[in-house]
Amino acid sequence: MSSSTEWPLWEVFVRSRRGLSHTHAGSLHAPDAEMALRNARDLYTRRSEGVSIWVVPSAQVTASSPDEKDSFFEPAGDKPYRHPTFYEIPEGVKHL
Amino acid sequence: MTAALALGDDALVLSHRLGEWAGHAPVLEEEVALANIALDLLGQARVLLSLVGDEDELAYLREERAFRNVQLVEQPNGDFAHTIARQLYFSTYQRLLYEQLATGESPFAGLAAKAVKEVAYHQDHAERWTLRLGDGTAESHERMQRGVVALWRFTGELFQPVEGVEIDWRSLNSGWLESVTAVLQQATLTVPAGPQFGAWTAGAGRQGIHTEPFGRMIAEMQHLHRSHPGASW
Amino acid sequence: MTAVTADQTAQAGAGRPEGADEALEAAFDRAVAADERIEPRDWMPDAYRASLVRQMAQHAHSEIIGMQPEANWISRAPSLRRKAILMAKVQDEAGHGLYLYSAAETLGTGREELLDKLHAGRQRYSSIFNYPTLTWADVGAIGWLVDGAAITNQVPLCRCSYGPYARAMVRICKEESFHQRQGYELLLTLSRGTPAQHEMAQDAVNRWWWPSLMMFGPPDDASAHSAQSMAWKIKRHSNDELRQRFVDICVPQAEALGLTLPDPDLRWNEERGQHDFGAIDWQEFQEVLKGNGPCNEQRLTQRRRAHEEGSWVRDAAVAYAEKHTAVRNGEATA
Repeated sequence: MSSSTEWPLWEVFVRSRRGLSHTHAGSLHAPDAEMALRNARDLYTRRSEGVSIWVVPSAQVTASSPDEKDSFFEPAGDKPYRHPTFYEIPEGVKHL
Repeated sequence: MTAALALGDDALVLSHRLGEWAGHAPVLEEEVALANIALDLLGQARVLLSLVGDEDELAYLREERAFRNVQLVEQPNGDFAHTIARQLYFSTYQRLLYEQLATGESPFAGLAAKAVKEVAYHQDHAERWTLRLGDGTAESHERMQRGVVALWRFTGELFQPVEGVEIDWRSLNSGWLESVTAVLQQATLTVPAGPQFGAWTAGAGRQGIHTEPFGRMIAEMQHLHRSHPGASW
Repeated sequence: MTAVTADQTAQAGAGRPEGADEALEAAFDRAVAADERIEPRDWMPDAYRASLVRQMAQHAHSEIIGMQPEANWISRAPSLRRKAILMAKVQDEAGHGLYLYSAAETLGTGREELLDKLHAGRQRYSSIFNYPTLTWADVGAIGWLVDGAAITNQVPLCRCSYGPYARAMVRICKEESFHQRQGYELLLTLSRGTPAQHEMAQDAVNRWWWPSLMMFGPPDDASAHSAQSMAWKIKRHSNDELRQRFVDICVPQAEALGLTLPDPDLRWNEERGQHDFGAIDWQEFQEVLKGNGPCNEQRLTQRRRAHEEGSWVRDAAVAYAEKHTAVRNGEATA
């Protein structure tokens, strides 16, 4: 009763206005990249939510694994010297 | 105001036909796409009809013979290929028409400038699908070819000058033929060879002569409004 | 709503040493208790996964079946303004179906598979859509009552423990509020219109009130999945709580409409600070659920037909993509 060939899944990224990054909006099905872009336009920007769209085949996204969460992200946790608030500046010094 | 009526009725009637797809489209993504096109057209129709009078009186209280849309847009949806063929023919026409209107000094320049962006997208949608159906599977190719041929005889009317629309109709016609031919060829389809007009000389949609399915379409469209004379909705 | 690599999660779980599952389950429970979101690749109990897929699928199916009763009136909408609103609303429902199928796909269940289950009658959709839209006023009653009940149900889902579902719901709830308001405004116009229009509005409310109350599901003591879903924070409030909240919201709204709710037992209970209302006919609910509602057969038949008649279109697009993939690659980003 159904067709054997399901359209592949695409991840959609939308830039909501100029000056901002594209952010993940959701996903959809499309037979190819051209149609994916158009479907994304129809679905994710029909209330003027965007000025630019990326589509990426979901199968092409490589994600970090939750199992590796500690080795991936915890080492950054003990390097507060990367954050500007780490440094004390004498009062009255400006433009820093 | 023949012109506003003609262009407004085109948009109104095609929007209605596309609205009939709701809940019947071949895939969910296409439900969204067809509705977008229908909504654009309905928006255009409302602006155009309002130039003539009250939009609802015009849409709901005119008799069949008073509608000025081309016969192409009133043709029933048929299968998806048939609908796409109708979209290809009409959106190509509408884009070329509105492009000319947008740059001219007609009272429609403002409207056309906005609409041409919408219509360019409709044409793009129709072209993408014409390519996919024409150059897809054997079945889709056959269906698309059938649609393209069946609607060909309604295309001649598109280029009959409309009173009050000051554009170069000849270049509209040649531009249309060039554009449609290119897409059909790329889609591995054969450009129909038959006449672009029916054999009956009584006239066509622009003169208020419509095809049989149109009467039933507006009967359905108007029935509720007409059942409650004077009511607001 | 990313659907990336949910399948890898299952693989990752397969080769673990004994006892690891208990640790994972404990971590999962802690995350849920701390109101953290569970994301697609996180470990989760099988039953949580199954429960989510079932609920998201049912929700998605409800959106797309729910298009039918309203689409029934697009061609007859009595003004061009109303016609545009209705088309936009039905389109939103297709969009909501899409968001929800995508959310379900993050758990590795494809849309095609879910649609097959719907078409085979193995997954459900909300029973409310098995009632017919007999007059134009039904479009208003659906917006006000059915969408109103749906929103009452759905707003808490924006905080559901499963991230992709919660995010889909945020988007949906934002769009739904337009649906409810247009319905209310439609009914208000009818109620204040001609006597025939007023009567049409009252008749629609009479027919949709009780089925709307049934939308919250069986009473808490008879609800099969409720307790576990609450523990997992898939659900946040019980069926009866939400139903009561809905009744309390609707009573003053009905008054403002100048319409009555068809329940002689409906009255304010000073002591409880809530409205008492009459007994719901759960027999009718069960019958409609079983497939004996006025439109069950019709709705499923139309859905199946649209899907079957669309199959050559979907196949054509795939065939075309296969022929032209090499050419298209690289054109997608800008």
